[in-house]
Amino acid sequence: MDMAVMERGNKTFSIILTFCIMFAFWMLLSAWTVYLVEPYDLFIVSSKGILAAIIVSFLTYEIFVPSRGENVILKLRRFIPYVGWELWQIYLATIDVAKRVYGILEVDPQIIEFDTTLRSDFALVTFGNSITLTPGTITIDIEPERGRYIVHAIAKGPADSLTVDQTMQKKVGHVFMEE
Amino acid sequence: MLAIDVVATMFLAAGAFFMITGTIGLLKFPDFYTRMHATGKCDTLGQILIIVGCMIYEGFTLITIKLLMVSAFYLLAGPAGGHALMKAAYVTGLPVWKKGDKRM
Repeated sequence: MDMAVMERGNKTFSIILTFCIMFAFWMLLSAWTVYLVEPYDLFIVSSKGILAAIIVSFLTYEIFVPSRGENVILKLRRFIPYVGWELWQIYLATIDVAKRVYGILEVDPQIIEFDTTLRSDFALVTFGNSITLTPGTITIDIEPERGRYIVHAIAKGPADSLTVDQTMQKKVGHVFMEE
Repeated sequence: MLAIDVVATMFLAAGAFFMITGTIGLLKFPDFYTRMHATGKCDTLGQILIIVGCMIYEGFTLITIKLLMVSAFYLLAGPAGGHALMKAAYVTGLPVWKKGDKRM
């Protein structure tokens, strides 16, 4: 009985939270300039936004608010420096590919497979996207049960940075606490 | 105003350079997988630079925030799209080019 009550409370909280964020997002994107120009039909303008936000929040609250999560704030705080590092890696990756296009570095592709310690969906997706964004490697396939990645590397150097150095595994593992 | 225009133009030019590099790579690289490297990576930095150029040109308005969101969604969707294409090619058994093979 208690569980059922808690479940329902959780659901209501999720819907309300999703609604608030969706409505704020809608105001940011479409209503701001209208408010400045015509303050008198505030209700007519915002009612469309409220309607849209209600529909979206009923459809997506399950995905939007994760039901089970531990240390979300700490993970988020660790995630922000990781995004900065990732932007730097995007820059390096493009310079690397540009060098290969203009023939300064060689092209010697190979397919590698390796296991990681990551298990949760979000960690797997983040690491898969990070592999694609960093120099010389693209994710082909992920086996979630064993954390196994199949990766296409454009030369031996980028492949070694994943299988030998494992800098990025450690960074993602640190962010999601799955070392 | 002139200084902002110059900086914005430099960003746009750098973005266009990386986009063109990606296209040259698409034409020059030997097989499907390496071509995905060229287009996927150069497009990512190219779009970031072009959108940053537009943001600098626009100044700090609401459009700047919308442009930032366009860039952020591209960063999420770009790698996922490249991954989907690579997986489809790998699962259907497209051969991988090795050094010394003929161009495909």
